Amino acid sequence: MTPARRSGPAVIIWVIAALALALLVLPLLGILLSAPWPHLPALLVAPETLQALGLSLLTGVISTFCCLVLGIPLAVVLARSVGWAVVPRRLLRAAVTVPLVLPPVVGGLALLLLLGRNGILGKYLAQLGITLPFTTGAVVIAQTFVAMPFLVFAVEGALRGADRRVELAAASLGATPFQVFRTITVPLVAPGIAAGAVLCFARALGEFGATITFAGSYPGVTRTLPIASYLASQTDLNQSIALALVLLVVSVAVLLGLRDRWLPGVRG
Amino acid sequence: MNPRPALVAAATATVAALVLVGCSASGAGSTGTPTATPDSLKGTVTVLAAASLTEVYRDLATQFEKLHPNVTITQSFGGSSALSTQIIQGAPADLLATANEATMKTVIDAGLTDETPILYASNVLTLIVPPTNPAHVATIADIADPAVKVALCDKTVPCGSAALTLLAVEKLKVTPVTLETDVKAVVTKVELDEVDAGLVYVTDAQTAGSRVTQIPVPDAANVVNRYPIAVLKGSTNKAAATAFEQFIFSTTGLAVLKKAGFGTP
Repeated sequence: MTPARRSGPAVIIWVIAALALALLVLPLLGILLSAPWPHLPALLVAPETLQALGLSLLTGVISTFCCLVLGIPLAVVLARSVGWAVVPRRLLRAAVTVPLVLPPVVGGLALLLLLGRNGILGKYLAQLGITLPFTTGAVVIAQTFVAMPFLVFAVEGALRGADRRVELAAASLGATPFQVFRTITVPLVAPGIAAGAVLCFARALGEFGATITFAGSYPGVTRTLPIASYLASQTDLNQSIALALVLLVVSVAVLLGLRDRWLPGVRG
Repeated sequence: MNPRPALVAAATATVAALVLVGCSASGAGSTGTPTATPDSLKGTVTVLAAASLTEVYRDLATQFEKLHPNVTITQSFGGSSALSTQIIQGAPADLLATANEATMKTVIDAGLTDETPILYASNVLTLIVPPTNPAHVATIADIADPAVKVALCDKTVPCGSAALTLLAVEKLKVTPVTLETDVKAVVTKVELDEVDAGLVYVTDAQTAGSRVTQIPVPDAANVVNRYPIAVLKGSTNKAAATAFEQFIFSTTGLAVLKKAGFGTP
């Protein structure tokens, strides 16, 4: 036994970590290796590809915007819930976490039962002439549902790390609570908001299950890239891989823009 | 699911090996004499079957398992083209039953079945609406109205290609609100009353019972999907798979199919 200790993890940790990384990365490498490179340019500019990509980018941006507007206030409430009684605090946290752990198809079904034209709320909307299922709006709602937790947790993490005394100082100088929120809190946690928004966008872009259940699948209206890729995989694998490649490139580009801030676990 | 996969896998492999020896002389064909007595059949048979076969195959499997208590039939249902792709991508399965010949052909072309697939049933489309019939659909011509929300199968799955053919026969231009990945998803959308109408197989409409209302489509009888089934080359339990296939063609099996609304090929 030598007393000399290496500061890094044990060899076994390295080996297992390498296996884990291989599991995460090799399938993606598979897409790159089996991509029909010679046909790729033609497949990528095919009208169906561009249509699905355009729809995915549009709905992804709108969903991210919805997540920001709705999610930042929710993150503030969640961050301040530390002082609450245990039960409501845990219920709130569980409610925000549910979309993360729920199978998206279940989320889509739940949305259909709530907002479908015979849904609990949907039937009242239908009386006003608004039907959501099978519209681009339904895609946005499904994406917002699944992506919101990413934003809330990223912002909440940033809020907890922020120095509250600045807010208290502003309040003591006569700022209203909303002024404090707008001029102090939001700029203070801006990096967290940015990180959350990027994650949100990436998640919205990849949304499949809730979308196909709640919004259906129609070219140009609700058929986003993941749905187009899935449908193509049933008949034309090359087309499917091309679509998957587009998704992969966009997602990786988005995440690379994040550097170290890309998980709720990494807090500045 | 099976609680002892390792044991069953071993048993399956053993039985397959034993039976393959016995089988080699008889060749493929539905009329060949059974090569194994019922008691010698064991193990698991994995069946990939079209979504429209869901209920009838569950029924057939239950009856078959009663006749052969040592055999477990594991089934997976989905859009036929998705199932064919799964086979081509190497999914381990013993039997493939699709909802039309085109999707089976992709598996034949890939050289993944030894036998010529056998056609044993047929199906035609029908129009279904929610029981309340919110859009007052009376005939198939009504679904061409843009105000009527219609769900169809995507053209990549058999019910979708049949629907396109039927709409062409009817000379109707329909703009659906959604193109679903299998026929059951269309039934669900109609059942939930989220769409005004959907084109599905008569068998699915029959299964859905009072949850949907059928609107007869006279020309539908001219657009027929024929259902093939084939034992796959990669099967590890060809004896039991062939026995289940033959059970489907038996008088009992065909009666079950007929009762579910399937026609003869």
